[in-house]
Amino acid sequence: MIDPRTAIIDERLKNVRNVIAVSSGKGGVGKTLVASVLALILARNGYKVGFFDLDFTSPSSHVVLNIGNEQPKEEKGIVPPQIHGLRFMSVVYYSAGRASSLRGSETSDAFIELLAVTKWGNLDYLILDMPPGIGDVTLDLLRFVQNVKFLIVTTPSRLAFETVGKLLDLLRETKNPVVGVIENMQTQESTWIRSQVEAKGFSYLGALPFDSELEQNIGNIDGLLNTQFGKNLKKIIENLFLKNAFLEKRKVGC
Amino acid sequence: MHEWALAEAVVSAASEVVEKSGMKKVASINIGLGELQQVDLEIFKFALSQLLSGRLKDAKIKIRKTRARLKCRVCGCRWLFSKTGLDKSSREAIHFVPEIAHAFVRCPECNSPDFEVEQGRGVWIENIVGKKRCD
Repeated sequence: MIDPRTAIIDERLKNVRNVIAVSSGKGGVGKTLVASVLALILARNGYKVGFFDLDFTSPSSHVVLNIGNEQPKEEKGIVPPQIHGLRFMSVVYYSAGRASSLRGSETSDAFIELLAVTKWGNLDYLILDMPPGIGDVTLDLLRFVQNVKFLIVTTPSRLAFETVGKLLDLLRETKNPVVGVIENMQTQESTWIRSQVEAKGFSYLGALPFDSELEQNIGNIDGLLNTQFGKNLKKIIENLFLKNAFLEKRKVGC
Repeated sequence: MHEWALAEAVVSAASEVVEKSGMKKVASINIGLGELQQVDLEIFKFALSQLLSGRLKDAKIKIRKTRARLKCRVCGCRWLFSKTGLDKSSREAIHFVPEIAHAFVRCPECNSPDFEVEQGRGVWIENIVGKKRCD
C-alpha cells in the first residue's frame, strides 16, 4: 500500500523560496506571537508571505491575526485566502470552533494531508507556527519538507531552555539550519540564555523584553506592529530576513 | 475540485514507483478510496484520466471503495461511519481533512471523540501492475 500524498509535497512547495519554522519545543514561550508578527513585518516590507499554523490541537494564530470569516478556495486543491497580506492556512477553517482532539498519528495524517493539497503558489517566505513539543509535526516536517530553516524561541527560564537546548541538539544532529534563537519575555537583563545558546554554537539573535501592552493588541494588526514587541522583533530580524541575500531559492529534490 | 489535488498525488506517487521499478508500461493502477473522505468518484476518475501521461497513459484505473470503520479507544465499540446526521459544513470539513472527524463524530456508545479509523480513511494506491523492462 502506497500513501500517494507524500509524493506531491515537493511540487506543492516548489515555488516557496524560504520555509521558516518558528519553533521551541516548549509551550507558552510566544512562538505564535513571534511567528505572526514576523509574518506581518515581512508582508509589510513587500514580500510574498504564507503562514501555516501547525498546531492542530490548539491553534491560536487566527486570534492573533484576526482572521475573520475568510475561507480557502478550491482550485484543484486548496488555496489559502490572502488576509492582512498573508496567505493564511490553519485547521481552524475546518474545526468550526470545536476541540480537535487528535492523537499523534492523526496529527501527522492531518499535516501530510494539508501539505499535499494546499497550493501556496509563489512565496518569498512560508512561516510555520510550530506546535509545542518535539513530536510528530517536527519529525514530519524534517521528513517531508526540504531545506527548512528553524527560528527558535525561548524565554529566559531554565525550564524553557531545558527543552529548547534539546531541540537545538536535535537540529544539529539532523543537520537542519537554525537561523538563531530569540529570547522572548525577558524581564531583567541577563546573559544566561545567550551564553547557553552560544556554548552550543548557535546564534543568539536578541531579546524581546516582556511587553505588557501586547495582550491588548492581539487581533489588531497595526497595533501589534506598533507595540514595543513588534518594533524590537523588527530590529532583530531586519538583518536576517529583510535582506535580499536571504532569499536564495530553496533547493528541492536533492 | 479538491479531488484534482488527490489525483495529482496519485499520479505523482505512481510515476515515482514506475521510475524506480523500471516498468516499461503500466497495465493498471489499483486505488483504494475510503468513505470517510467522501471523494467524488466521478471527478476523481476524470482528473486521473486527464493527468495520466507517459508510461502511465494507458493504465487502467481500478478503484475499490471501502467503508470507513471506526473503533472507540475508550469502550471498544466498532461502527461504520455515516455522513447522515452531519451537516454540510462538517461533511465538507471531513472531506478536506479526514482527521477533523474527531471534532464532529462521537462514539455511539460512550460519546468519546477518541476513536481510531481502522479502515477507509482517504486515498491510497493498493498496487501498480505493469511489465518489467526486458533490456
